[in-house]
Formats: sequence, structure tokens, C-alpha cells
Amino acid sequence: MSGLEQWNWSLDGWIIAAGILCAVSSALLGNFLVLRKMSMLGDAITHAILPGLAAAFFLSDSRSSIPMFAGAVLAGILTALFTEWIRSFGKVDEGASMGVVFTSLFALGLVMIVQAADHVDLDPGCVLYGAIELTPLDTILISGWEIPRVVVVLSVVLLVNLLFVVLFLKELKLSSFDPALATTTGFNATLIHYTLMTLVAVTAVASFETVGNILVVAMFVVPPAAAYMLTDRLVRMIVLSVILAIIAAVLGHISAMTVPRWFGFQSTSTAGMMAVAAGLLFIIAALFAPRHGIIVVFVRRQILAWKILAEDIIALMYRIEERDPQLKPDAAYLREILFSSPLPTDWSLHFLARHGQVIDSNGTYELTETGRDRARQLVRSHRLWEHYLVEHAGMSAENIHKQAEQLEHFTDRQLREKLNKDTLDTDQDPHGRPIPPEDERG
Amino acid sequence: MRPFFLVFLLASFVPQSLVIAENNAREIQSQQSITNRSITMPTWSDWKRVLFLQDYNTRIVILGTTLLGMSAGMVGSFALLRKRALMGDALSHATLPGIAIAFIVATTLGLDGKSLPVLLVGAALSGLMGIATILLIRNLTRLKEDAALGIVLSVFFGAGIALLGIVQQMETGHAAGLESFIYGKTASMVASDAWLIGSAGMTCMLISILLFKELTLLCFDEGFADSRGFPVVFLDMMLMGLVVVVTIIGLQAVGLILMISLLVIPPAAARFWTEKMVNMTIVAIVLGALSSMIGSAMSAIFPNLPSGAMIVLVSTAMFLFSMVFGIPRGILIRKLRRHELNTKINRQHLLRGIYEYLEARGLLNEKQKLESMQVPIDAVFQMRSWSRPKLKKIIKRAQLEQLVELVHENQMQLTEAGLKEAIRLVHEHRLWELYLITYADVAPSKVDQDADAIEHVLEPEVISELESLLIQQTSEGVLQSPHTIDIDRNKTNSQNPHARRLR
Repeated sequence: MSGLEQWNWSLDGWIIAAGILCAVSSALLGNFLVLRKMSMLGDAITHAILPGLAAAFFLSDSRSSIPMFAGAVLAGILTALFTEWIRSFGKVDEGASMGVVFTSLFALGLVMIVQAADHVDLDPGCVLYGAIELTPLDTILISGWEIPRVVVVLSVVLLVNLLFVVLFLKELKLSSFDPALATTTGFNATLIHYTLMTLVAVTAVASFETVGNILVVAMFVVPPAAAYMLTDRLVRMIVLSVILAIIAAVLGHISAMTVPRWFGFQSTSTAGMMAVAAGLLFIIAALFAPRHGIIVVFVRRQILAWKILAEDIIALMYRIEERDPQLKPDAAYLREILFSSPLPTDWSLHFLARHGQVIDSNGTYELTETGRDRARQLVRSHRLWEHYLVEHAGMSAENIHKQAEQLEHFTDRQLREKLNKDTLDTDQDPHGRPIPPEDERG
Repeated sequence: MRPFFLVFLLASFVPQSLVIAENNAREIQSQQSITNRSITMPTWSDWKRVLFLQDYNTRIVILGTTLLGMSAGMVGSFALLRKRALMGDALSHATLPGIAIAFIVATTLGLDGKSLPVLLVGAALSGLMGIATILLIRNLTRLKEDAALGIVLSVFFGAGIALLGIVQQMETGHAAGLESFIYGKTASMVASDAWLIGSAGMTCMLISILLFKELTLLCFDEGFADSRGFPVVFLDMMLMGLVVVVTIIGLQAVGLILMISLLVIPPAAARFWTEKMVNMTIVAIVLGALSSMIGSAMSAIFPNLPSGAMIVLVSTAMFLFSMVFGIPRGILIRKLRRHELNTKINRQHLLRGIYEYLEARGLLNEKQKLESMQVPIDAVFQMRSWSRPKLKKIIKRAQLEQLVELVHENQMQLTEAGLKEAIRLVHEHRLWELYLITYADVAPSKVDQDADAIEHVLEPEVISELESLLIQQTSEGVLQSPHTIDIDRNKTNSQNPHARRLR
């Protein structure tokens, strides 16, 4: 019951080809939408295409693809223009102006379409259907080969997008990251912006008949967003987004055929499953990305927190020794002063004991030689920082503790020496406590 | 399998294609020509029927949508100010899989899958999941809000489409009732729908009113609210919850795509009419109610106009009107104010120019007659970068205000009032210059420009404060200029590009 036994290369091959072409051409442009924080503009444009289609239909009085294509693209560009216009002249927040523009255009299109209701004769080959499954049925003859029309159209769009991205990579990069600089260095960021918008509209219209409008948004936003989680380099991000888009398309079609069968149904919408597959890829990337992934970031933070807690513990023990050498603190005592929870404290103490920095003698703890060395350096960092903050940052003695507390964990020997040099030569911190020497004997 | 696809896919894809597909089916039945279709003009009885709410159904529809418009206007105001305008969009798309799953689960359990409460619960749950996902993506990853919205919106909607594909295959199948969520079915609203919208909408409004102060603070200064001990996270959740409820009750009425417009457009329009939160909310409620009322009334009168879309278009018209004519934030009033300010600045520059010319030539003497203080227009022209026609205009205006008189073609002189005004202006300019030199460490050679930028908007209180600050210097009438006044600027630098061109 896998569903794949119905696989038929002449049908499914073309469907997957169309899916891949659509996903890749969208993802190429989507990188810049995501980087420019304009992901929702893709959504707005795909919604607002409707009146363009309707108007083209009314004007040309035909359902041939070319006027409709032109009308839709024009409407898409107008969306970008209107949004910008309302934002700048009306001083309305960008999201709101987008919301106003695309819902209005969509409603207008709906009214126009309903007016045409009884005579709109749009066959499945027309630009409106988001039915990727129909791809193989509507073919045109190119030098003896029967190739689905959609595949031809999308190939052209992909080629144009690819050329645009490759030729204007530098300009796109600059105008995405720093439009002001882009303008001052002499090329027109606005021109790049509207070219990008035009291509977004073209891609949306072309993909519209394949995957439907919301799912174009999925292809615009999701693969690039996943790629953005994986890398910091633009070129790598673009390549990754293309690869992810291809995987999403293939996976989407296969799962559309197979997954419903697990529950006793027949296959479902490929376009929908493409979006779902892209979503899954995004979740995987967001969780497991090596540098920016949620898990890695979480673990990194946790480890840092534990490291800081361990350092706090030995620094505290050093201070206790300083005041009262007879006092042997136990875990509860340390916890109380550090406001930490039981489990991390125990872990940290255990960790410190294993690394020979403290000695656990029946529940009370004592610093070892190495532990004391490290603790002294920490306390020295802390007090040097306090000193420095009062002297150079003009902070009052009451406020410096917290700041120094944060800085001490990131201060190495070199920085301590520099701090020592930059502050007045004194062996007392602003609270009157002695600044311990770098080495026991020194 | 393939032919099967052909049938159900047409009905289950994008909303647009849905309409077209439906129409397409209708088209096959009635082959009408393209020309014989137009909006049929309603008769007087149609008008009467709608305007006086004689029709029971019209009454229900108008009441329902109006209540919806009001609650959306109120909740939307907060959402807009919190820059969450597009959240409603993502949210309404995210409800689709919930609706489909609710239908599947209910049908499998042998319940009525199309019962409204079941579907609404499904919609609410998946809508909330969508919002939670947006917040998770925004807070845990390096992606920004827009990408989070885009991802949730499209992936959830994709899942919904895929699930609808399955729903179509169920025996109790054809999701005929389900697609009304995508489109809305305003015209076929029944009393119970109106009651549901009314009670849920009023509850939302009541909650917003009770939490008005807290929500306002949340929108304008989250950090302050937090430091004041307000439960910011709870309030945010509350606001999102309100958006969810309003969106979901609206799905039925105006449909998934257009619901967002009710949340966004009236509050955005209200923003042009007021600076105050309370007023903005009230205006948004009124605009929301009006556009719903007018929109659904129009669709009742003209049967060919879909009500959801009409409501949106009416509110768009109101938005455009507000954007242009709104006071105090509309485009026109801002243009007008800017124009007034520019006029004022030009007049002040003219008077100060004349004064400085006279002063530099030693022509200034209060005992002397005004006639002896004549100034050639050319001299003033060279002092600033204004074009000749513009200067003519400025002089003409000053003439009308009786500040300046033209002696002959190229010679003007101040009037009594003009001299007085000029003295005041120069005094204020130099006062400000002095302040900048004394207190802001601005170099005397640069101070003229700096003072220029701000002197026009000085309030009288500021002037008197400056005077008291700089009292020792202001004992005599007009202050001495702290820098040399170069009345013939374009000899040393090209201050006036027009002047150079004229030579």
C-alpha cells in the first residue's frame, strides 16, 4: 500500500519537474525577500494578482495567457508600489500598509471576477489553477517533443531568475544589506528593488498555475529561511535554498502519493505536501543547524551557564576562606548565597570535584590548590574590573558589582594585566577588599 | 486516480481558483455571451427593502457583519499599534488544517463534521498553534517576524490544502461546507451565526475595554509596562487570544482572506484622525461598523456584488479618504502645514535679509525715516539660494501682509510693521546663535546655519527663557551679530546657484 506502484515516469516525472522548477525559481528570489525582511510582500503580491487577471480578461476579452500574464504582473508591481506609497506618504507601518493594499486589491479582483462569473470560461490550462497534477495533460510540441506547457514557462522563468541573481549578485547583496550605502556607491537600489518585485510577480504568476498562490509563498520563504539558519554566507545560502527547494518538491510529490495511503485514503494535493515538506525541512534546519540551530544555541547557553555557576562557586569559596578560614561551606550554604537551584549546584560541585578543584569531605567543600589558583584569578579579575569601572567609566562604587560579576568570567590573564596597567597601582578594590595577586607568590 | 484528481483538485486549491472553478462549472451549464452581463439596477422596492431592513435575512446579515466590524475595529487597533497587523493574515491561514482535522475527527467519531462549533474549535486550536509557532520562530531563531509569518502562513495553509484533499475522499465527503471558511458565506448567514458573532464579538470588546489601559501601555511602551509590574506576557497572550477569536468568528462571515482587512483597514484609517488611543479605538469601531453596514447593504441591493469583498472595498474607500483628508495626520493637512511653515520661513528670511543688509550698510537708524532705508531686491536675492520667481513671490506675499513696500521695480523698503517684525526676528536669531555659542559650543562661523534650522519654530516661552539665560548680553535693543554678516555671499562662495547662472 505504498502508492508508489502507481508511479509513472511520464506523468509523475513531469509533475516533479514542474514542482522543482517552480520551487527553485521562487527560492532563488526568496533569499532576498527573507534578507530584506519582505517575506510577506510575496504573500501580498500573490493575493493582489487577482484584479490584474480580471482586468486583463475584461480588456482583452479573451482567455489567452499572455494578456493575463501581463495584467497579473502589473498588478503585482502595483502592490509593491502602493504599499511603499502608503507607507511613505501616509506614514503607516509597513505591515499595515501591505495589509490594506493586498486585501483591497484581492476584494476588487473578487468583485470583478464575480461580475464576469457567468462567462468566465477558464480551462485548466489557464493561469488560474493551482493544479500541479494537471501538468502532463497540457502539452505543447517543441521540436517533436511533447513538453508540458507549464514546464516550458517555468523553465523560462527559472532561467530569467537565475540570470538576474547571477548577474546582479553584488548589487542585490549590497542593496539587501545596506541600501543607503548601495545608493551612495552609485547604483540604484530602488531600481534593483522594483526589478526584484517584478520578477517576484512574474514568478508568482507563473507558479500560480502550478502550486497555487499561498504555496508560492511557501516556496518563496521557507527554503531560504531554512538555508539562512544553516549559513552566514550569501552564496552558500542561495545554493542551499535551491537544494532544499528541490528536496521539498520531490519529497512533496512522493509524500502526496504515499502518506494518505497509510490511513487508507488516496493520494492528496502535491502542492500542499510540497509546502508541508518544506516546513519539515525548515524545522529540521531550525533545530539542528550547526551554528544557529535552536538546539546548538540552547546547549551552548546551558554549558556557559554551568561554567559560570562553577566559577561562581569557587570564587565564593575563595571569598569565604578570605573572611573565615575555619568555615567549611556545604552545598546548601553555597546555594543560598548564589540563589541557584539544587540540581545545577550539585552538578557543578560534582564537576569541580572531579576536576580536582574542590574536595568533597562528607558534604562540606574545600578548595584544592588548583581550585584556589583559579578562584584567585577570578576574584582578581572581579576586583580589577571594579577598580577599572570606577576609575574609567565613572560608575559609583555601589553599581559596579553586577557589571564586574558579568565581566569576570570573560577575562583572561592578558586582559587582567592590561587592567592592572590601566588602573592606578593599588592592591585594594573600591570596596576596600584586597586585590589578590596573579600568582600565589607574586 | 488521475481523473479523480481532476475533479476534486479544481475545488480545493487556491481560493481564487475555487471561485473560478465553481463559476466554471456554472458556465458549462449556461453558455452566456460576454456582453449581456452587467450589474442590474435595483428597483425602488429593492432599495426600500434593504434600507429599512424589511427583509429578515438582510437584517441578520447587516447586524452580524456590523457587530463583527466593531469588534474587529477595536481588537485591530491594538494589533495595529503593536505592529501585528499581518498576524491576522497568518492566523486566518493557519486555521485551515484545524478545520480539516476537526472535520475528519468528528466524522470518524460519527459526529456531524460540519457542525459549526466543532469546526470553530478546530480552527481556534490550529490558529493558536500557528501563533505559538510564529512566536517560537521569532524568539528562538535568527529569523525575523516577517519570515516567521510567511513560514507559518504558507506551511499551515499547505497542510490544510493537503488535508482537504483527503476530506474530499471521505464518504460523508465533499467539503462543500468547509470552503465557506475560505470565502465566507455572508449572504447565507442565519440568526444563530449572527448571535454567535454578536456574543463573541461583544465579549472581546468588553475584555478590551476592561484591559484598555494595560493593553494601551503594552502597545506603546512594553518595556515601561514590564517595569511597572504589568503582566506583559499575559497581556500579549490576551491580545493574541482576542485576535484569534475575532478572526475565527469572522472567517464564517467574510472569509479567510478578507478577514484580515477588517482587522487592519479600519484601525489604519482611524490612525489618520487622532493621536489618542481612546479616540482611535472609537473611530476604528465606527469605521468598522460603517463599512460592514454599507458593504453588506450594497451587496444586498446589488445581488451581483459579493458582500465580503464589498465590505473590504468600502473600508478601503474610507481608508483612502482618511489618508488624504484626515486631521491631524492626513496627507493634505500635513502638506498644508508644511506649506505654511515654509511660507513663514521665507517671510522671516526676507525680513532678516533686509535688516542685515541695512545694518551692514549702516543705514539703520531708528530716527531716520523708512524711506531712507531702501534695499535693492538684487542684494537680498544674493543672500539666499532662492530662485528669482520665488523671491518675487515671497516679496509679493510680504507686500500683501504689509511688511514690505516696493518703491520701484528693483527697490523695496520695510513698512513700520515690517521693521518691527524684522527687529524681533533678528533679535531672536541672534539670541539663539548666542545660546548655541555659549551653551552648545558651536563655532561662531557655523552658528548662523544651525540657528537658521531651528529659529522658525521657537516658542515664545523659549525666547523669554533664552533672554533670561543670556540676560547680560541682551540689555540693549537688538543683539549684535556674533559673526560677520556677509551680505554679498556669492562673492566668496556660491551660495546662490541661481545668482551665478544669471551673470
